[in-house]
Amino acid sequence: MGKELNVVGARLPMMDAAQKVKGTALFTDDLILPGMLFGKILRSPVPHAKILNIDTSRAEKLPGVKGVYALAKDKVRYIGDDVAAVCAIDPEIAEEAVELIKVDYEELPAVFDPLEAKREGAPEIHEGIKNNTSFAIKKEFGDVQKAFAECDAIFEDIFYSQPVNHAPLEPHAALAQFDPLNGELTIWSSTQIPFFLRRNLSNTLQIPESKVRVIKPKVGGGFGQKIDLFAKDFCAAWFAIQLGKPVKFVYEREEVFICTRQRHPMYITVKTGMKKDGTILAQKFQAHADGGAYNSTAPTMIALSCYFLMIPYRVPNLIYEGYHVYTNKPVGGAMRGHGIPQARFAVERQLDMIAARLGLDAAEVRIKNSIHAGEPHPAKFIINTCGFSDSVKKAADAIGWKEKRGKLPLGRGVGLAGASFPSGVSNMSHISSGAVVQLGRDGAVNVLSGAADIGQGAETVISQIVAEELGVPIEDIRITAADTGITPLDPGTFGSGVTVRAGNAARLAAISVKQKLCNFIADKLEANVADLVAKDRNIFVKGSPEKGMTLSEAIKSYQYADLPMPIVGRGSWMAPATEPTTLFKEDGNFAPSYSFMTQAAEVDVDLHTGKVKLLRMVTAHDCGRAINPMLVEGQLEGSVVGGMGQALYENVIVEKGQVMNPSFLDYGFPTFLEMPEIEAIEVETDDPIGPFGAKEAGEGTQLSPAPAIVNAIYDAIGVDFMELPITPEKILDALEEKKNRKNS
Amino acid sequence: MKQAIELNINGDTHEILVSPNNTLLEVLRDKLGLMGTKRGCDLGACGACTVLINGDAYLSCIMLAVDAIGKEILTIEGLAEGGDLHPLQRSFVENGGLQCGFCTPGMILTAKAILDEEKHPTEEVIKRKMAGNLCRCTGYKKIFEAVMSVTEQSGKEF
Repeated sequence: MGKELNVVGARLPMMDAAQKVKGTALFTDDLILPGMLFGKILRSPVPHAKILNIDTSRAEKLPGVKGVYALAKDKVRYIGDDVAAVCAIDPEIAEEAVELIKVDYEELPAVFDPLEAKREGAPEIHEGIKNNTSFAIKKEFGDVQKAFAECDAIFEDIFYSQPVNHAPLEPHAALAQFDPLNGELTIWSSTQIPFFLRRNLSNTLQIPESKVRVIKPKVGGGFGQKIDLFAKDFCAAWFAIQLGKPVKFVYEREEVFICTRQRHPMYITVKTGMKKDGTILAQKFQAHADGGAYNSTAPTMIALSCYFLMIPYRVPNLIYEGYHVYTNKPVGGAMRGHGIPQARFAVERQLDMIAARLGLDAAEVRIKNSIHAGEPHPAKFIINTCGFSDSVKKAADAIGWKEKRGKLPLGRGVGLAGASFPSGVSNMSHISSGAVVQLGRDGAVNVLSGAADIGQGAETVISQIVAEELGVPIEDIRITAADTGITPLDPGTFGSGVTVRAGNAARLAAISVKQKLCNFIADKLEANVADLVAKDRNIFVKGSPEKGMTLSEAIKSYQYADLPMPIVGRGSWMAPATEPTTLFKEDGNFAPSYSFMTQAAEVDVDLHTGKVKLLRMVTAHDCGRAINPMLVEGQLEGSVVGGMGQALYENVIVEKGQVMNPSFLDYGFPTFLEMPEIEAIEVETDDPIGPFGAKEAGEGTQLSPAPAIVNAIYDAIGVDFMELPITPEKILDALEEKKNRKNS
Repeated sequence: MKQAIELNINGDTHEILVSPNNTLLEVLRDKLGLMGTKRGCDLGACGACTVLINGDAYLSCIMLAVDAIGKEILTIEGLAEGGDLHPLQRSFVENGGLQCGFCTPGMILTAKAILDEEKHPTEEVIKRKMAGNLCRCTGYKKIFEAVMSVTEQSGKEF
């Protein structure tokens, strides 16, 4: 790339790392306000019922109870649904009061499977929603019928992807207080989307947006689960307004598992038509997502699962049918990858199955069908840079594909899978970010950004971008972020768009402030503004470091010229979009850029216990330029282990609407003991849109670990698994069946 | 019936009024404001509430406060001496052994208990003894590297 960079590209610790290791980093539940009250939510014990009556009188009479509020007006739709909320002087009293609320339910028939829920005559979960289908799209690209007629071989397979809980370590919490004089509500919330939360609270509380201030403290992980407005936010705010006291709601772990969000379980049928040489000509894809009791982000999830079938592989003809169906179960929502992991599992598995049937090499098939930068896209995506085919080659080489695939002893295998993900979204409601950069007299830099750091290091990455632009070390930067009362607008952390969107906004603000300063000192230095560079806390003429001054001197001379202090630069950024799209109706360029990756797994299957050990996972990754390679690796490593959980261990088990494993002990996501060897290989591209060439790195990496692992299991024991997760029981059953088949 | 007890926390004696069923975690967080000890599950399953009792790692969410009477309790707030970071803390920072930071205090204290017992534990010992501390962000790799990096610095006392 040639450009000399100092702060961008450096492996710097997170700016708030010292707070985090000292235990002084404050999360929502760590905040205490004088006179604070504590809330608790009563939850439905039945999966589907009419509410005949809610009697709160006994709860209200309990000493210490300050307020009771009925949340459910007519119905409950899943076990765990919000019914009523209580506010008391301490959490124990609130808990006791919740148990004193008497609710009369008239139970209704319930439905727990999306395919059953979609049938005529199934119980109606939401009034007027026909076939319980809250959202459906059917889209065709190219001429599918004609293309299928031209195929040499057509394959159709059915897959299932299970519900996965995000399980962030920090339970969801909110703390609110209200100022009766100016009518302003302030809420501290474990949220990924402070500005959307402001809008949602304004709508539900019926108070102006300007009177809602959302402050995001440290957030202990989100992965998509902290995007929606939850009862804890609304109730903390409502009681704070009604009672005139600060109110805190903190969910228990069981509530996080049952009452927040989960990755949508999905039934998928894929029909793929190919030429003999493995070229994909057409695909037909049908998805039934189990939405649980409410809608959440269903339309986006379905659209993503559809459109991202046409990337990273060239699928010139596609017909997609997607349904989001209500059931009386926990609610689906955005989770790392948002609808794409389910689809990728199906497609990547089927590609391997087809390669085996046609006698082709699974890596070659992927390279053959790889899309490339600049080529026309059936849904009008604009692919500026694409390292996909490179990533397949590099991942295959690193895992030892040629030497190992099909050649390892029984129980050992390698597999790979590819993926692509958007770096944020181009044009859906207010998807733009703003930033302000101010220079202090001593050269210190003050950044205001709306971006929501939920542990991924967004504040650090944004600070690195500003520091690079202004030629200062990162310790000169102070950043204030994600406070709707102080910082500029930002949509929040979702869709893996923060680095590109908020990073670009901050970069523009830094350029603006640098420009102001350079315009002023250019005369003094008898230089052309365009020749000035900022580096090492100095501004000087390019190529002549002696012709310059320190940043601090420049600022002081600016100030003594009676120019406004502090020097402020503003920036705002949204993705350039040729054609605005939400994807629901029109096609268009969904994202400013797209990341690409191939992940390759090596597994060991214990033939006696059925346990699968992921030995090694290689990721060849085109995330553009890594602003902070250490943080990118962190995203990647977390994704690999999360994806391993999805492949082998995790499953929200629901029986008749009741979640059977709502605890860390029973759910069992990966621990230290399961940690595989993880290797990252950079596939460098220089994206023209991202700041300093950066693309997304947070979500795409969780798309292909699961299929890579399941493909490796096929290589190890010759069994094609179609349903996640691949538990030891399934392995043993499959081995037994295989043995029986052989004998008979 | 509440009663006053004395607890030795981070070298200081605190007199606190507790109920017999109060957990140590409740006392640390809700009564003393030592918020570095985290409540992740309240079930002894995630390790975020780990503290050291007489040098051993304990889950403060499933330990009664009264059971800690007469013992030395160390929380994350008491780890660093003076203005500097403890070597483990520094290693977590420099090796990127944290993301959201919620599991971090528990991770560091568990690591301290391991390294206090055995200066150069094997990789397997570290993995096994840290398996009770869950992290959903990092995939554990950089946490592991942070701990390994400290064990490799020979001759350092913790």
